[in-house]
Amino acid sequence: MRKRLLLAFVALAVALVSATAASARRSATTINLVAYSTPKPVLAQLISAWQATPDGKGVNFTQSYGASGSQTRAVLAGQPADVLFLSHGADMNSLADAGIVPSTWDKGKYNGIGANSVVAFLVREGNPKHIHTWNDLLQSGVQVVTPNPFTSGGAMWNILAAYGAQRKLGKTDKQATAFVQQLFTHVVSQDTSASNAANTFLSGKGDVLITYESEAYAGVAKGQGLHMVVPKQTLLVQLPLVASTKAPPEAQKFIDFVQSPAGQTILASNGYRPVDKSVLKDPALAKWRAAYNGGSRLIWTINDPIYGGWRQAFKTWFDPNSGRMVGIEHAVGGTTGG
Amino acid sequence: MRRYVPRFVALAYLTAVLLAPLTMVFWRTFQHGLAPVWGALSNPETVHAFKLTLIVTAIAVPVNTIFGVAVSLLIVRKRFPGKGVLNAFIDLPLALSPVVVGLSLYLLYGRNGWFGSWLLGHGIQVLFAWPAIVLATIFASVPFVAREVIPTLRELGDEQEQAASTLGASGWQTFRRITLPSIRWAVIYGVVLTTARSLGEYGAVAIVSGRIVGRTETATLRVDDSYQNFDLTGAYSISLVLAATAVVVLILMTVLKPKEQMA
Amino acid sequence: MAESHANPVALRLSRAAGTSERAGTALSLGLVSTFLTLIVILPIAALVWESKRDGAHAFWQVVSSPEAVSAFKLTIGAAAIVALVNAVLGTVTAWVLVRDDFRGKALVNSVIDLPFALPTIVAGLTLLALYGPRSPIGVNLAFTRTAICLALCFVTLPFVVRTVQPVLLELDTEMEQAAHSLGASGLVTFRRIVLPNLLPGILSGLVLALARAVGEIGAVVLISGNLPYRTEVSSVYVMGRIESGDPAGAAAVAVVLLATSFAILLGVGGLRFLVTRHERA
Repeated sequence: MRKRLLLAFVALAVALVSATAASARRSATTINLVAYSTPKPVLAQLISAWQATPDGKGVNFTQSYGASGSQTRAVLAGQPADVLFLSHGADMNSLADAGIVPSTWDKGKYNGIGANSVVAFLVREGNPKHIHTWNDLLQSGVQVVTPNPFTSGGAMWNILAAYGAQRKLGKTDKQATAFVQQLFTHVVSQDTSASNAANTFLSGKGDVLITYESEAYAGVAKGQGLHMVVPKQTLLVQLPLVASTKAPPEAQKFIDFVQSPAGQTILASNGYRPVDKSVLKDPALAKWRAAYNGGSRLIWTINDPIYGGWRQAFKTWFDPNSGRMVGIEHAVGGTTGG
Repeated sequence: MRRYVPRFVALAYLTAVLLAPLTMVFWRTFQHGLAPVWGALSNPETVHAFKLTLIVTAIAVPVNTIFGVAVSLLIVRKRFPGKGVLNAFIDLPLALSPVVVGLSLYLLYGRNGWFGSWLLGHGIQVLFAWPAIVLATIFASVPFVAREVIPTLRELGDEQEQAASTLGASGWQTFRRITLPSIRWAVIYGVVLTTARSLGEYGAVAIVSGRIVGRTETATLRVDDSYQNFDLTGAYSISLVLAATAVVVLILMTVLKPKEQMA
Repeated sequence: MAESHANPVALRLSRAAGTSERAGTALSLGLVSTFLTLIVILPIAALVWESKRDGAHAFWQVVSSPEAVSAFKLTIGAAAIVALVNAVLGTVTAWVLVRDDFRGKALVNSVIDLPFALPTIVAGLTLLALYGPRSPIGVNLAFTRTAICLALCFVTLPFVVRTVQPVLLELDTEMEQAAHSLGASGLVTFRRIVLPNLLPGILSGLVLALARAVGEIGAVVLISGNLPYRTEVSSVYVMGRIESGDPAGAAAVAVVLLATSFAILLGVGGLRFLVTRHERA
């Protein structure tokens, strides 16, 4: 019995070693793609489409999907990455600071962005609480679900949008910050990630989920039947797509393809607002054009002076010791909790 | 009457905390029929993930079993300084949340880690490859065999072993013929716990594996992938297979347990 | 000892056995220590080192911040409750599985370990479906502190059950039968004869449950709501520190949790030592 066990272990060890050796033997160019979780289906389409072009023929991909922050930290710890598609610029800045992506990543074509989205609300079937604007979230009895901005980088967009909408409506910095604090008194669940927040909402908790449009469409595509409301004032969610400094030239070619009309069309038909707006003129995308152009009257970006870009916004709002959200969480929960 | 009270209490507790959830898992898996289940399980990425999980488990379980039995014998039968501290250290891995385990492995084997730069410089990939997955899995299931065997060893005296020793049996013979059979249930349950934990380990593996589709994704990472893509049936199906594997291991171990030695 | 003295061969054999036994012990201890160092102590050492990176002031600032303290209290409190629940109900379960007989017992016995084999996401999803807003049995505990305890009970269920079962299986029933024939009731027999023998097993399972409850994140995050100061456990707070770029702070909180767990483990170990004193007399 023992001898057989020993043989089994030896066999396993040999299998493992040869498996790792085999994977090292692949010789064609391989691009290591590291992305956040939601775009897996659309990236699959983009990769196949590109591999059908002369530039992409014969190029292999390894793919890794996970939460944007986790992926960023993995790459910082040494995970090989040639193409990065993350959910916000603060993560890309961390990579730039470590020299993994160029510090000029946001100066390139379309400012290093692969696709856009907007902050939106998901409500129950029929919108029973009549939620259409940011102020509606503060109605008595409305329960809000939004991820915790400290555990979910993507959730930072939600808070910055809430603040920004008030500023755009003419409120001062102080008043807009007070709005965010008021909003958080309505929050009944601060999940650790956007997916968990969506799951909480789907489980029946809350009247409205703050998320972004592209996430909502991903859910709709899978038959979750959620009703989305895009508020009149909302923040543009810009999803950065950048090649690392040590990437092979094919990586940038892939990114060029994604930013080209062919790639942008694929993104647009999967719920992502294109950076190249001209593709929406395509009659095949008429339905999406109506969806993207309807609803919002005013959309601004992270570079608006009310934020001053990601570095400033992060420091002001989400610094773990001195950010405004620390004080807000304490004011909302600390006095009642124990 | 007295017999029924404990039975009722135990079954009520188990129903609420275990049996109802398990029934729910079953139901959610087959809610939409067999086709989506088969689709999820036969996906090549999932098949590869199952293989990886089994290999990792096949390494982690024997390693932790040998360690567990050895450390149990040391703690229960031998005297040495620092025994209490050693005993406490065995359980510590459980108190670390998976996020922290991942962080600690980054600190050790990451690009700027204690050993990371040296290892990477010599072409040895620990993180984002199978060694890190094995390390994280071993870490997560270290205490179980020891915690099973120690109380049983304490319960049994060592008279039989002493007798064997005076009769001239070597340490190994005594161990194989007397000690091991007497702790068989403890080892069995320890192995089953370790196996179940290794199969189901998710958090730390998610951080250190790199989650490379078709290469370093374990079955639990496939569950998460399904969940992220709103494929709950897929998530439940894979989980059910993992659960079934754990049950099979328990049944196998119970059936194959070493026979009690004749006096 | 007189016999061995009379027989020089036996004396030499037992001396040689003694020496090789000590060598064997030293070797085992060496191997076990190496394994523990590589697998357990190195990662913990790296964490401790990281927690000191920004200095003592920063360490203290994070660890004593109101949110961290609140999460810590919630975590330890929930872990203590869950450990006790496990100690009592786990023992009852083990008893029923070993000493009782009912239809379906083998099936129940074979699924005890499943909370482990299920990835924590699915554990959380299932509990949320069963005991959340859309509960089929009308029990809605989700997004409360009770839900945290429920999730922790689920993932720690196997521990006490599986550490007590082997002890019960090997337990000699002679003393129980003697007590019974002398007229002692079942409860008295249990309390005075069986329980002391089970206590090491119960304590073993209890520390495992406690340790796991302190470190659990996956099953808890889906059902607790993670509201800071209310339903946020330490593992989620630590995750927040890491995600917002403060790994040293995260390590600091993790080290405090570890030190607390370590102290409890040492304490329970000491308790076990005291409780089994009568056996060593």
